[in-house]
Amino acid sequence: MTTLTVPRGPATLTQVIGNSLTMAWRGLLRMRRTPEQFGDVLLQPVLFTLMFTYIFGGAIAGGVKSYLPFFVPGILVQSVVTTSVVTGVQLREDMDKGVFDRFRSMPIARAAPLAGALLADTIRYAIATLMTFLTGFVIGWRPQSGITGVILAGVLVIACSWAVSWIFALFGVLARTAATVQGVSFLLLFPLTFLSNAFVPARTLPGWLQGFVAVNPVSHLVTAARELTSTGGTGPDVWWALLGAAATVVVLAPLTVRAYMRKA
Amino acid sequence: MSSGTTLAVETAGLVKTFGETRAVDGVDLSVAAGTVYGVLGPNGAGKTTTIRVLATLLRPDAGTALVFGHDVVHEAPAVRRLIGLTGQVASVDETLSATENLVVFARLLGLNRAAARRRAAGLLDEFGLADAAKRPVAKFSGGMRRQLDLAASLIATPALIFLDEPTTGLDPRTRAQMWQTIRRLAGAGSTVLLTTQYLDEADQLADRVAVIDRGTVVAEGTPDELKASAGQSSLQLRLADPGQTPHAREAIMAVLAVDAIPSPEGGRITAPMDEPDRVADLLVALRDRGIRLAELSVHKPTLDQVFLAITGHETEPQDDREEEEEAVA
Repeated sequence: MTTLTVPRGPATLTQVIGNSLTMAWRGLLRMRRTPEQFGDVLLQPVLFTLMFTYIFGGAIAGGVKSYLPFFVPGILVQSVVTTSVVTGVQLREDMDKGVFDRFRSMPIARAAPLAGALLADTIRYAIATLMTFLTGFVIGWRPQSGITGVILAGVLVIACSWAVSWIFALFGVLARTAATVQGVSFLLLFPLTFLSNAFVPARTLPGWLQGFVAVNPVSHLVTAARELTSTGGTGPDVWWALLGAAATVVVLAPLTVRAYMRKA
Repeated sequence: MSSGTTLAVETAGLVKTFGETRAVDGVDLSVAAGTVYGVLGPNGAGKTTTIRVLATLLRPDAGTALVFGHDVVHEAPAVRRLIGLTGQVASVDETLSATENLVVFARLLGLNRAAARRRAAGLLDEFGLADAAKRPVAKFSGGMRRQLDLAASLIATPALIFLDEPTTGLDPRTRAQMWQTIRRLAGAGSTVLLTTQYLDEADQLADRVAVIDRGTVVAEGTPDELKASAGQSSLQLRLADPGQTPHAREAIMAVLAVDAIPSPEGGRITAPMDEPDRVADLLVALRDRGIRLAELSVHKPTLDQVFLAITGHETEPQDDREEEEEAVA
């Protein structure tokens, strides 16, 4: 029989990272076994990009071609951030299963089952990102910054969505059912994504709304993605977006893990 | 490693409430290391809640619980290193294959990739699941799932293994297999704490048994002691003429030397009986006295009878309590 030396004392950072990566790998194995779960991230970005481009393009930018550079980064943020809701919903479903009892009774880093699940979901964000860019490209989007800027914008949006997914993970841990998670999450998400500069230029909005749009973290992320895909430059918005993401994780990850541990 | 004095589990005045319900209401247990300990009780008696507290999944509201001397609340990480939990709901991942499940758990426990694969293969072999190693667990039968679940609890060779109703819902053949496995674990020196609704199971496997009812331990002892309190077997008679009940009880006293209990429904009598073969003597005695029977049967003592003997009330289905537990949990 194999003898096992399980580390003593509280989890070290190495253990947290190791355990989280193992849990992420578990998430990937699950995804491979249930490919139908990718339906939403494959189709929704295509649908939304096409729909909004042809509906709003003429009205907002005088044509599809001139709307795309403005709109693709916006719909990218909207699509990918929306995808992070699914993280919370699936976490709730996953946690209802007995296997989470085992994780909780094992000598592993407490944060790992959550961090791993969230980490694995970045694959979903990457697919949604790729689908949005591809759809945009097919209907005529030609990013000025070239491939590097596009990749950087994609990575930024994925990283920020991962941070945002901790919010929905917290809902997932606290809520009783997956449907509740979905409902509450969309209540939060719709104002955040729509009351931003993702679809229309902020200057066209009434003054009081401009105030909200200006402080909405989604706006900063959209602006950052726009800069990266057009000029390829990084203005202050990139840093605001990253700072907001980091703050979200720092505040919400411990809260979520605590709620998760208390929940029996 | 186990000496007679080491306690694997020690609880004192353990209480866990869910809202108004006191699911565990002052449970005292002491389980010697290296033994198999049975916690016997009906649905909703507090068995699962007790195990969940001991496995650090629930915080007790009062009282203390120690696992090998470590407090389950204040030294939870130390406790988790010593235990393996096989819950009532299969604690494995349905979408993954058997191997993938075990490898994930082994990796979490710190084994490297190669060692984790070896450990998984070894355990699957040991539990007769090697042929099903690559199949998703969703396609497993109930028995295979329990076996895999148990295998998953043994990756780190824990000193104490919790088995929450390991055979509930299994067919007799699979149950026998599970018993075999549990005996093997005990033989290898592990301490096993199992819950069960079946007196028979506790009798077969456990060195000592605690009978738990409404969140408290109502009896504790070896299975033999426990059975003695309810009689080895019981004889049930239904008389053709309920009026003859007193005569029948006299006959039973004369032949079996026990006091038979008349049941409220007319003509039914229940008597504890240590030797089922003496039923023939009793039948002869009854015929000699002209007492006619409508029905006769010999039963092994059931949990209900042990309960009746110990608590004075029948096991009541307390499913609503269990459900509440689920909902709160």
